[in-house]
Amino acid sequence: MAEKEYVYYAGCSQEGTAQEYDTSLRVVLKTLGVSLVEPEDWSCCGSTPAHTVDHVFAAALGARNLAIVERMGRSEVITPCPSCLTVLKKSHIRMVADESFKKQVNSLLDEPYNGSVNTKSVLQILYEDIGLKRLGEKVTHALPDMKVAPYYGCILNRPPEIAQFDDPENPVAMDKVLSAVGITVCDYAFKVECCGAAFGVAKREMVNKLTYKVLSMAIDAGANCIAVACPLCQQNLDLRQEQVNSTMGSSFAIPVLYFTQIIGLTYGFSPKELGLDKLIVNPEPVIHSRIRVEKKEVGTTDTQKKVKREQITHEGIQ
Amino acid sequence: MRVGVFICHCGNNIAGTIDVKKVAEEVRKLPGVVYATDYMYTCSEPGQEEIKQAIQNERLDRVVVASCSPRMHELTFRRTVEKAGLNRYFLEMANIREHISWIGEDKELNTKKAIDLVTMAIFKAIKNKPLYSTSFKVNKRVLVIGGGVAGMQAALDCADGGLQVILVEKNPSIGGMMARLDKTFPTIDCSICILGPKMVDVAQHENIKLYTYSEVEDVKGYVGNYQITIRKKATYVDWTKCTGCGECMEKCPSKNAYDYFNFGVAPTRAINIPFPQAIPKKARIDKNYCRQFIKGKCGVCAKICPTGAINYEMQDEIITEDVGAIIVATGYGLIDLEKLPEYGGGRYPDVISGIQYERLLNASGPTSGHILRPSDRTEPKTIVFVSCAGSRDKSIGIPYCSNFCCMYIAKQAILTKDHIPDSQSYVFYMDIRSPGKGYDEFTRRAQEDYGVYYIRGRVSRIYPKGKKMVVRGADTLLGTQVEIEADLVVLGTAVVASQGARELAEKLHISYDTHGFYVESHPKLRPVETNTSGVFLAGANQGPKDIPASVGQGSAAASKVLALFSKDMLESDPAIAVVNPNACVGCLKCLQTCPFGAIQEEELRGGKKVAKVIQTVCAGCGVCTSTCPCGAIQLQHFTDNQILAEVNALCQR
Repeated sequence: MAEKEYVYYAGCSQEGTAQEYDTSLRVVLKTLGVSLVEPEDWSCCGSTPAHTVDHVFAAALGARNLAIVERMGRSEVITPCPSCLTVLKKSHIRMVADESFKKQVNSLLDEPYNGSVNTKSVLQILYEDIGLKRLGEKVTHALPDMKVAPYYGCILNRPPEIAQFDDPENPVAMDKVLSAVGITVCDYAFKVECCGAAFGVAKREMVNKLTYKVLSMAIDAGANCIAVACPLCQQNLDLRQEQVNSTMGSSFAIPVLYFTQIIGLTYGFSPKELGLDKLIVNPEPVIHSRIRVEKKEVGTTDTQKKVKREQITHEGIQ
Repeated sequence: MRVGVFICHCGNNIAGTIDVKKVAEEVRKLPGVVYATDYMYTCSEPGQEEIKQAIQNERLDRVVVASCSPRMHELTFRRTVEKAGLNRYFLEMANIREHISWIGEDKELNTKKAIDLVTMAIFKAIKNKPLYSTSFKVNKRVLVIGGGVAGMQAALDCADGGLQVILVEKNPSIGGMMARLDKTFPTIDCSICILGPKMVDVAQHENIKLYTYSEVEDVKGYVGNYQITIRKKATYVDWTKCTGCGECMEKCPSKNAYDYFNFGVAPTRAINIPFPQAIPKKARIDKNYCRQFIKGKCGVCAKICPTGAINYEMQDEIITEDVGAIIVATGYGLIDLEKLPEYGGGRYPDVISGIQYERLLNASGPTSGHILRPSDRTEPKTIVFVSCAGSRDKSIGIPYCSNFCCMYIAKQAILTKDHIPDSQSYVFYMDIRSPGKGYDEFTRRAQEDYGVYYIRGRVSRIYPKGKKMVVRGADTLLGTQVEIEADLVVLGTAVVASQGARELAEKLHISYDTHGFYVESHPKLRPVETNTSGVFLAGANQGPKDIPASVGQGSAAASKVLALFSKDMLESDPAIAVVNPNACVGCLKCLQTCPFGAIQEEELRGGKKVAKVIQTVCAGCGVCTSTCPCGAIQLQHFTDNQILAEVNALCQR
């Protein structure tokens, strides 16, 4: 497959608390023949603080980055972070729909944004552009002990008129992507339940309650690990797990991985290469069972069959 | 030619944004116009009197009225000019209300456009020819489509009035949705107990011919003379032999057939009688589940049937019936649970719809009237009702209220307490809509006497937790979030158009709205008529309606048919296509394009073949006139010359 290049807007978190998201998605995409080019001089999207203050200002922060992409002569940008995604998409949609709003926003910018750039999440391009078949083809390893609860968070596919991707109430893209690389996924009701987001700073108690619910629901569904696609969700579920345990009296120790880290594991990358050492809750218990599967240029289903067979052997040994 | 022009103010409706005096003044200058005036309400009695006076005093021979849409008052003014001695087709109308004053704000531009439209009407009026209607015989039989309570009421009223009625029902039994209900609000009387006698009356009435498990395939003709093609679907059981004993149903080994009557609350057999009171009480084989059809072998029912009624070779039967009028009473459907993912609809067995709960409450339902939740057949103690599940929700394209959910939820909550005295019901609601007679008292009774907790707010999510279903929502009166651990959740699912409603509308040439509900002729003043003469509506196919409203409409539609059939002859509309045999070259392109089958080939003396319009069948749509390559077909009252006169009038200005 010819190499495909995407304009990649990393977002601030991926340079800070979520470096491992960035690292892991880069190695995964490289394996899949995708190269990334970053918009030069990109800036913060403004995230939640900006639009709580002023909508025009918030849209301008998003539009500034879209304008850079536009000047690169490109019409599509991808981002791993749902918050960046929402800001970029919302800026674009609102500016295209409302000419006077567009004027207001552009008056704040040195270079105007003309409304020609579509934003997609990394999950969306894996699911829609690269496809499940190709994702499966690159699998070299199986993780027979891993049972993942995919956690999408509030805004990766909502509100539907902004996200324009997957089902707003019961999304399936991450479930399918992980299944395609041979991972066992658990169905549960809290895929889009709120984790408390940025209230982790202002109202810690509340966030502890919300994350408690998500974690316990995932565990009740039989999961021993959670896959996320959002740096803030990851932080709340992983970093705050100890806090949750102390306030709610629980004793959770469930690893919270970026879904790209899990894909990376099935592609044979080392935990170090995927930044697994950056996680708070130790993922070792769920990944120690990793075994190599015979690499064959076959379709998804065959790979899955192969993985399944390996699982059976593995269980036999134990 | 002496033309009189009457410009209506329509109060402020027209005069507010059109300078009516100026319009009158300008058109008075046109050749042929001898009289032009404006009047406050031209449709009023003095307004009409003025037209009559002017016709006599000014010896007018053409009249132009500029006012509202001809759909409102064309008939009024046609009668007016006729009373004054003119042919009714010498009247021409210019619609300056709907086409100008209601939609444009600029008075100057509006006035200019009004002058244009009135001028066009004047030039057409001058070219108008006198037309005379002929009369034709009426077939005094009526087709009723749909055997729910509205259709049954319409059929019975027509039949009692002495008309022959053909009642077509697509399901194996008549009864419709009402037959599935346990009790009815606000009187809590047993639904089938009050409906059953009506169903029996329908079956036994000498004037009613009943076709169940049948559908209308095709409709041809016009008011007074329709030809209906009906498909009688194969039941694979000879109903002349079937006694409804039900032995086949007991012995049928295919036990997982979908139960349409019970909305899938529990499975039924591949051969089944939908419910004990079914009319006709006959068995039918569901081909999708029958082993004989799937695997090619079984034959248990054929062996067991004491009368040898089973016939696996049965084919659909096509029947034709001639009628003079049609009452459409096709009822409603309900939104699929799968379309409500936020409530876990379709994902969790203990989230069910209101109609499914109705079947759980009902003694003839799959649980014999014991409330047992689908997942583990245990008795629920905490039941949560969610009203507006899908209704009033723009995000799924259903902005309207489903009308009767508030009431049946109150009823079901009351019945729940009767069935399970130690149960607790909760109702999440947006507003309580109970405007009927005794309705509000009823919802209050649910709260005050039966201890049902009403929580004002919407439900955000329903999810399983162990054996319970957690219902999370807002209590907007307390301003808090509430979570209820329920054993069973009942959704008051949105009412939608019935399946196939659009297709049937197209066969009948009647209109439907964006939601698939049929459109009445006038929302207030012609509530059971359609814009197709001879086709009437009754019940919830126009929009969600409860039983009293549906029954009322059934009777109303019947009275319309009885009034229509009170005459032996009907007058035809002379505004139809006419062939000029001298110009016709006999290519018969018109015959191929006519959507009503109103054109046939005719051989003249000397062997020349030409097209001929069947007067009574032609609907005056005009498709043939634009098809005809040599202008030999002219639509009366809309001839090429008349239309061109209008175009010329506009272009010369």
